[in-house]
Amino acid sequence: MSSAMLNLIIKATLDTLYMVGVSGLIAALLGVPLGVLLYVTRPGQVLAQPVVSRILGIVTNIGRSVPFIILMVAIIPFTRMIAGTSIGINAAVVPLTIAAIPFVARLVEGALNEVPPGLVEAAQSMGATPYQIIIKVLLPEARGGIITGLTITVVTLVSYSAMAGAVGGGGLGDLGIRYGYNRFDPMIMLITVAILVVMVQGFQTLGDHLVRKADHK
Amino acid sequence: MIRLSNVSKTYGSGPSAVSALKNVDLHVPHGSIHGVIGLSGAGKSTLIRCVNMLERPSAGRVEVDGQDLTALPNDRLNQARHRIGMIFQHFNLLASRTVYRNVALPLELMHMKSAAIRERVEPLLELVGLTDKADQYPAQLSGGQKQRVAIARALASRPKVLLCDEATSALDPQTTRSILELLQDINRKLGLTILLITHEMEVVKSICHRVGLISDGELVEEADVGDFFTAPATRLGREFLNAFLQLEPPKGLIDRLEETPGPRTHPVVRLAFRGDAVSTPLISRLARESGVDVSILQAKVESIQDRTLGLMIAELIGTADKTDEALAYLERHDLHVEVLGHVQRDA
Repeated sequence: MSSAMLNLIIKATLDTLYMVGVSGLIAALLGVPLGVLLYVTRPGQVLAQPVVSRILGIVTNIGRSVPFIILMVAIIPFTRMIAGTSIGINAAVVPLTIAAIPFVARLVEGALNEVPPGLVEAAQSMGATPYQIIIKVLLPEARGGIITGLTITVVTLVSYSAMAGAVGGGGLGDLGIRYGYNRFDPMIMLITVAILVVMVQGFQTLGDHLVRKADHK
Repeated sequence: MIRLSNVSKTYGSGPSAVSALKNVDLHVPHGSIHGVIGLSGAGKSTLIRCVNMLERPSAGRVEVDGQDLTALPNDRLNQARHRIGMIFQHFNLLASRTVYRNVALPLELMHMKSAAIRERVEPLLELVGLTDKADQYPAQLSGGQKQRVAIARALASRPKVLLCDEATSALDPQTTRSILELLQDINRKLGLTILLITHEMEVVKSICHRVGLISDGELVEEADVGDFFTAPATRLGREFLNAFLQLEPPKGLIDRLEETPGPRTHPVVRLAFRGDAVSTPLISRLARESGVDVSILQAKVESIQDRTLGLMIAELIGTADKTDEALAYLERHDLHVEVLGHVQRDA
């Protein structure tokens, strides 16, 4: 393999890591609070707000029901506004983040739902405020579940980012389509797939490790 | 210390409304251990959860340490809850925190500094005998140890009242005993007022000073523990007691019991001896003095804390006059006598 090709592969890998990393980070920063809100505003929860809960639920579901490939092209004007362009890895980060936020939120909501209600009750009996319950009880107790959710998100983002590559987003998906498919270079296709497999395995292993460290069950 | 006045709790509204508590009045004086016993679904849990407003009563007043909790806004209620500790059937420890940090939690909630927290937590761990487990996680502990941590945690904010919601129901008998001893110890050492709910008579027998019986949301009976074990006032109370003591007439006899005496029947009685009567040979004297024969069907001696209670089921055999006289004799000697029924004399 030529060194030019090797450079191309390395650059594509770093681009994919960049897209996944940036969108994953922003999605976590916004999705975790959204997931907490989804959970605590439910009827019967510490900040029960049935109307807010319904609205958040609907918005989150809309975000989750649009197929990523549609979302990507549908929000191009918004992407231009944020990233200044609609092609390249920075542009790809925008739809990736938008798709991941509701995904993270629902997984976080699910993780919080696994916290035994008795723990919240115990905290209430100690005079904890709703904010203290979220910070001191719900989030730490759901830590393992939240990390699991974030791992799933990152793995999903790897595959979404490949899709983004197909429409000019760069990264390994782009490489696979242009060289592997359009130029019919089976070697490149194979290497692309192999790198993606290794990447996903790596993220999963890291996630599992963090969950084990977080859980004392 | 705890006073519930006319407390009711209703879930839902309209025809589907379920009434979990009906006009409950309860007073637990400072420093006492008060038990509330009842079958599952009787409203025990709702009752104890109304004391710290985990459940808001639909009507009535709840006073703890002279403060009406039903009237408090949320922030003041949270302050008041610092003075009310609570422990639970399933311990409710945070799995993500060590033993030490579980006990520290209520103090963190009160924004205490970590040095001050340490000063409080360490003696508490010593009190419950878990100093060596401070850095372990709840998953590494046994049920009894978990409940000890929960007790230490409940005491951290120096409450005046401790609420125990079926605190020993998930524990084996031996562990139950050690937890009850710990609660009694705390009650004596710290003068802590304890309200506990349970479905186990053993718990009431071991540590409670007074006991209330709850049925279908109503507090149907309240008595000193000694009186309750001698002579419960209600049918449910007797059922609880008989099930606990396993003191029933033999099956064959129950079937033959008649409510009213006939011309040729013997009374079957349940006798409860208290105090001096336990150590007096009353039965043999009775036989000698009244001339009736006493056939003992069941008997046992129970220790209720520092008191002794004798219980017996016996058939009094003799003529109607003689057996009446015998009953009068027993009552004169301060025994609690209950006629369970009458059986036909053997032909």
